[in-house]
Amino acid sequence: MGNKTNLAAYWRTNLRYLGILLSIWFLASYGCGIVFVDELDTIRIGGFHLGFWFAQQGSIYIFVALIVVYVQLMNRLDRAYGVDERDES
Amino acid sequence: MSVQNWTLCLVGLSFALYIGIAIRSRAGSTEEFYVAGGNVHPLLNGMATAADWMSAASFISMAGLISFMGRDGSVYLMGWTGGYVLLALLLAPYLRKFGKFTVPDFVGDRYYSRTARLVAVMCALFVSFTYVAGQMRGVGIVFSRFLNVGINSGVMIGMGIVFFYAVLGGMKGITYTQVAQYCVLIFAYLVPAIFISIMVTGNPIPQLGFGSILADGSGTFVLDRLDGLSEQLGFAAYTSGSKSTLDVFFITAALMVGTAGLPHVIVRFYTVPKVSAARSSAGWALFFIALLYTSAPAVAAFARTNLLTTVSNRSYASVPEWFKTWEATGLIKFNDKNGDGIIQYVGDARLNELFIDRDIMVLANPEIANLPNWVIGLVAAGGLAAALSTAAGLLLVISTSVAHDLLKKEFRPNISEKNELIAARIAAGVAVCIAGYFGINPPGFVAEVVAFAFGLAAASFFPAIVMGIFSTRMNREGAVSGMLAGLVFTASYIVYFKFIKPDLSDAEHWLWGISPEGIGTLGMLLNFFVAASVSRFTAPPPDEIRRMVESIRVPSGSGREDSVASPYSVSR
Repeated sequence: MGNKTNLAAYWRTNLRYLGILLSIWFLASYGCGIVFVDELDTIRIGGFHLGFWFAQQGSIYIFVALIVVYVQLMNRLDRAYGVDERDES
Repeated sequence: MSVQNWTLCLVGLSFALYIGIAIRSRAGSTEEFYVAGGNVHPLLNGMATAADWMSAASFISMAGLISFMGRDGSVYLMGWTGGYVLLALLLAPYLRKFGKFTVPDFVGDRYYSRTARLVAVMCALFVSFTYVAGQMRGVGIVFSRFLNVGINSGVMIGMGIVFFYAVLGGMKGITYTQVAQYCVLIFAYLVPAIFISIMVTGNPIPQLGFGSILADGSGTFVLDRLDGLSEQLGFAAYTSGSKSTLDVFFITAALMVGTAGLPHVIVRFYTVPKVSAARSSAGWALFFIALLYTSAPAVAAFARTNLLTTVSNRSYASVPEWFKTWEATGLIKFNDKNGDGIIQYVGDARLNELFIDRDIMVLANPEIANLPNWVIGLVAAGGLAAALSTAAGLLLVISTSVAHDLLKKEFRPNISEKNELIAARIAAGVAVCIAGYFGINPPGFVAEVVAFAFGLAAASFFPAIVMGIFSTRMNREGAVSGMLAGLVFTASYIVYFKFIKPDLSDAEHWLWGISPEGIGTLGMLLNFFVAASVSRFTAPPPDEIRRMVESIRVPSGSGREDSVASPYSVSR
């Protein structure tokens, strides 16, 4: 299993992933759905004003996608650092 | 078959299914009772979490709320889904690695403090009781409307069912009944949504129909028609908001963080076998929740359009039959102020003659849209599934808090496994009765205390757990003072505006225009700030705590020989 420096590197990468994913999370919901909603509403996609769409639909799709990406990234990271749980009962 | 027979038949079948599952999955040990033995498949746990989370409020009330609030309703849509991102990224995997059974377990061990544990237990109990009272009420409303039994007998029947599977099966029984309940409730939600979407727009997918052109040949988009109708009658345009941006921001944040901090949701992630399973399970949970949450705003828009076009400016003598049935329950009221026999449904409160309770929008929707009788029965069964699954999850948190966190950890550390299990069952039984009592005699402030539940979870649990994982320096003094500061601030603000001076509760008097619903966010920030400051000036945590934190950050059980570092692997 990994030694101390290895684990520190594992944790730093994890924190970087979290930083990126949570920024997208924040932009999609608080940014597009709340703060800039009126500006985005001037753009129309079909029957939706874009800001309204982000607030009531888009942000939720992005949330699901973020968790999916997170799961993939972390599974790969766990394997790279040999800290995955595959060989455990 | 009549509506009532269909309802009886579908509700009866679903109840038989829940009881059948409960009998097959009885709990034999405390581990099975608290965390279903810790080997639930992540996909099934995702479904169970979705049912656990989506309550009578999500199923019955949310679309109705949105259809009356328009764009402002998105605080619920984003708030009650975005929390799962926080849960998946910041809490679930680490708490699963920590193991054990409850949220107070983590808070107490990480902060090596009985005070911290006690504060956590009290919060868990308060939040859960608040929530469960509302669920039992929901059960009563569905029964009284669809099955012609009184609200009280409806509550009693619901209590009986929950009692049966929660007390017998514990977490194991609850998990598998929740999986079944998710299937029932999502089917019951989507079938009418699809029907109505086809009827209004010709598009079978509600999420798309919502943005499509009306099927009536007029060539206008659904939302444009709705904005037009609303403004014509003196309401605000549907796609515009009336709350201040700052308030929307704070309410959404409080709901998100509160969701991530609710003990009955967190505890579900203790039931999966591995850390990686906890991550993917959170993804599945949000996916299953999103199926309902992305349909809800579409249902809201369709329902609002149907309502405005069918009842407004119509003579009272010619209203459709559903209007009369709901009028009999008191949830629709018509007061012919100008005596012309025509329903004026307008934005101006002085001229408006129609009162509509928001809760009926989902329940009455199939009738308003003239859907077949079996769909109406299905909606009743779905509403019951939503209410019962959430009630069961909450009752389990209550019984675990009492039997494990209080009895075993505080008073009787030497209690045998068998007696602890008996205590957990008795606690669950007593909790069912208390919940039923509140369902029959609802305190008038149920709606108000929901703000409480989220605000308190946001201001207490969430910061304490996050700092416990992401900071090795955070110590007992910091965490306890942070939790108390967050709690006292949030609770006093809500109590002041909801109970002491409700007449002052408007944007002018609120702190920076933040409503009591959103104040939990500020409480959370205060908690972080106080905890960080206090911990700087007090002794760092002991070395074994530092090692424990380092160990929960890695999925594999590398520190297996160290009992503090990985308590769970020892208990297996």
